[in-house]
Amino acid sequence: MLSFILRRAALIIPTFLGVTLIAFALIHLIPGDPVENLSGERGMDPARRTRLLHEFGLDQPLTTQYGHYLAQVLRGDLGSSLTTHEPVLAEFGTLFPATVELACFALLFAVALGLPAGILAALRRNTVADYAVMGVSLTGYSMPIFWWALLLILLFSVQLGWTPVSGRIAVEYDVPAVTGFMLADTVIARDWGALRSALSHLILPTIALGTIPLAVIARMTRSAMLEVLREDYVRAARAKGLTFGRVVVVHALRNALIPVITVIGLQVGLLLSGAILTETIFSWPGIGNWLVHGVQSRDYPVVQGGILLVALIVISVNLIVDLLYGVVNPRIRHG
Amino acid sequence: MSAAPPGPWRELWRSYAQSRGALLGLALVIALIVVAILADAIAPHPPNEQYRDFTLAPPAWSAGGSSQFLLGTDPVGRDMLSRLIHGTRLSLAIGSISVSISLALGIALGLLAGYARGLTETVIMRLMDVMLSLPSLLLAIAVVAILGPGLANAMYAIAVVLLPHYVRLTRAAVIAEAKRDYVTSSRIAGAGPLRLMVMTILPNCLAPLIVQATLGFSNAILDAAALGFLGLGAQPPTPEWGSMLASALEFIQRAPWVVTFPGLAILITVLAFNLMGDGLRDALDPKLKQ
Amino acid sequence: MALLEIRGLTVSFGTSRTPLIAVDHLDFAIDAGEIVGLVGESGSGKSVTALAVLGLVDFPGKVTCTQLTFDGRELPALSAAGRRAMLGGKLAMIFQDPLASLDPCYTVEYQLGEALRLHGGTAERRSAKARRARALELLRQVEIPDAPARLRAYPHQLSGGMAQRVMIAIALAGQPRLLIADEPTTALDVTVQAQVLDLLVRLAEERGMALVLITHDLAVVAETAHRVVVMYAGQAVESGPLPALFDAPRHPYTKALLEALPEHNRGRARLQAIPGVVPGARDRPPACLLAPRCPFARARCTVEAPPFTGAEGRRARCHFPLDASGRPGNDWATAAPLPVPAAEGVR
Repeated sequence: MLSFILRRAALIIPTFLGVTLIAFALIHLIPGDPVENLSGERGMDPARRTRLLHEFGLDQPLTTQYGHYLAQVLRGDLGSSLTTHEPVLAEFGTLFPATVELACFALLFAVALGLPAGILAALRRNTVADYAVMGVSLTGYSMPIFWWALLLILLFSVQLGWTPVSGRIAVEYDVPAVTGFMLADTVIARDWGALRSALSHLILPTIALGTIPLAVIARMTRSAMLEVLREDYVRAARAKGLTFGRVVVVHALRNALIPVITVIGLQVGLLLSGAILTETIFSWPGIGNWLVHGVQSRDYPVVQGGILLVALIVISVNLIVDLLYGVVNPRIRHG
Repeated sequence: MSAAPPGPWRELWRSYAQSRGALLGLALVIALIVVAILADAIAPHPPNEQYRDFTLAPPAWSAGGSSQFLLGTDPVGRDMLSRLIHGTRLSLAIGSISVSISLALGIALGLLAGYARGLTETVIMRLMDVMLSLPSLLLAIAVVAILGPGLANAMYAIAVVLLPHYVRLTRAAVIAEAKRDYVTSSRIAGAGPLRLMVMTILPNCLAPLIVQATLGFSNAILDAAALGFLGLGAQPPTPEWGSMLASALEFIQRAPWVVTFPGLAILITVLAFNLMGDGLRDALDPKLKQ
Repeated sequence: MALLEIRGLTVSFGTSRTPLIAVDHLDFAIDAGEIVGLVGESGSGKSVTALAVLGLVDFPGKVTCTQLTFDGRELPALSAAGRRAMLGGKLAMIFQDPLASLDPCYTVEYQLGEALRLHGGTAERRSAKARRARALELLRQVEIPDAPARLRAYPHQLSGGMAQRVMIAIALAGQPRLLIADEPTTALDVTVQAQVLDLLVRLAEERGMALVLITHDLAVVAETAHRVVVMYAGQAVESGPLPALFDAPRHPYTKALLEALPEHNRGRARLQAIPGVVPGARDRPPACLLAPRCPFARARCTVEAPPFTGAEGRRARCHFPLDASGRPGNDWATAAPLPVPAAEGVR
């Protein structure tokens, strides 16, 4: 087990280095003058340009530049935003909890609905219930997420007036940011009105963001369960006289979860992609929104730093999922 | 004396046609291709023509609508139906081109990695790992940030996003096939590496690639729509479905049809390709389905 | 009264238009303490029979029977709870691939404990300690060395022979009166097969437990069973006591099975094989199922289904059962021969 952990952990180093390489190359691949791109200033006089060139280290050979960049990254210095002039890492840190909160709720939503739906579909194979679950999940991941969000807003906010249209909390509430997680902060501040408001603002974005993972989890659970239910040990368990419920939950589900956990973990990448679009529609103050604005306003330090940080998060989550898989699969845990 | 066994294509069709969903997907795809080809003939109006007197006209069946604009008009008075029809052509083009580029490059790299092994393989696969560590939309945005917005660049970006999947798939298939006896006997017979890769190994890896390509089509259309929505893909006045939704939020109360129909078009198209992809997967590997 | 009595058991898959008959009106009975071999090639329906008795045949399989009595109780009339109390308790089954029949995610102790919690004594149902003690005892009874270490093991850490012993221990947890063993040694190494078989027979004799040995390997039953039922294409074609059945088979299929054994072919250049194949779903003969392949087939065999009759505990499903010297009886010599196929035209 230990060698498994070490081997997996060792693999992320080259991947991470590769990502830093890409982030580094980004600046040099973007059309236009790198000095202008990095500083945000246009039409500088030559003297200033030469000074900035030297300041940014752009007059050095590429390998040295990369070395400096890597050193900076490892120190936590990712430059500053051209629009807000705040350090990129700090801005990321402020905005990231909002995205995490949304992503966590979306994932919880996806698992809480998707897992039972998949199990139901597998147990009631080729019945109406099965077709319904499969049909809904097929539709779910064939939909453009931003359109689905718009439809949800149209139905629930505009027509029914049940939920707010955008934002994380109603404007009248001013909750001091202790953890960065709105729900936690409202509880800490004991502001129950704010808590209610925050919850109602979470509903639609959670549904919009969680629909695709829900569809994927439902499908994967169904196919994993179907495979497991065919296995000899399920038949042997039934021959022992165990109740069907126990056979399904203790034996079938436990084994089916092994591949499903991997799938759940891989949803993180999907969630981050979806967050970009969801945050745009709901004006959710997270890193998705931040990145899009960065690209649209050519705020290259933000784009560069943002890509690096997001990739690092995805790599780390994949590592955790890998390790979790090792724990859950007894063949690896007790090699 | 029994009849000759059916040929492989006929077998494939028979397995494929067992699923009603797969047949529906195929029918829809064919319908979409027809619409795309005949777009100019079918569309009632030119897609970019602005009718200033008829901005935000509702669909024909609701109050204030007219049969002139069956699905209503957008904020600058362009006919929704015509734009949607021409958008079909665009979406299919995007899918075909992105997937083709990605598939060609992916197969080449995968063959190389799987056959050459050693350092070449390691470098290629590490590069793919890095690409996969970025969420697909983010990677596409990064590429577009470099190349600049526009439909063509969006297609390249999507091709880049799809690439690692094809490389991985091809490499895995090549490694599995390369151990088989028919390859060894070909090699003993004197076949060179290129011939081995292309003529001998590749045809046996085609099945999963075809499935992935079909599913890649739907991903391409969704990603292109997302880029268009963010203003990074097709630029106005191109009638790409995603960019049609870009400014829809502000009209969601007044003119919900501007929001509903382009999304519906995307949904139907992606659904069609997903159904087809699923059907192909079940037909090509029946063990999975049973 | 027989311990297990089956009459007219039929199991079919497929649709009503194209039924696939796996078991065809089977009659089978076994008394307490008896060891019966259920013998046949793959596809003869022997495993499906066992699953049908346990009630484990799932949709789309359909099971019908005139009588299915175990230990005095009508099995089809049992409630689901009643059936579950019986399965793993008085009526137990072990399967062909022991490593695949154990859940890879749980230890041996856990899986033994499950059976004990359901079917063990009062102490075992309540106390984990009592369960553990009994589990150790069961493992020792199936001759597993270093039982405490084995309790902690996961299935993938066991060998095939060890896993099958664990399966037997699990089956024994409920003090079964009947144990059905479906190809218990087929998946095991040759060296281990004899050991496991000996274990099964010894346990049966010690406990007065009835044992059904399902196998395609005649050698497995020859040494161990009291009685044998031979199945072909879902039907019982011969039943009778050993060694009489093997010494003087009455049904041509049994005779052919025996002749195909390597031991009976010493000195020959080729093994004697039975020509043709077992009928599938679409080509089930209307009368005697063996008729297309039987060297003694007569016209009567293609129109009239032979009854399963006989005397002194020996029954055979044949119009012309073989006598002690292996020749077909019942006026076979004067019976009308098979019709010749229509002429194919001048060549």
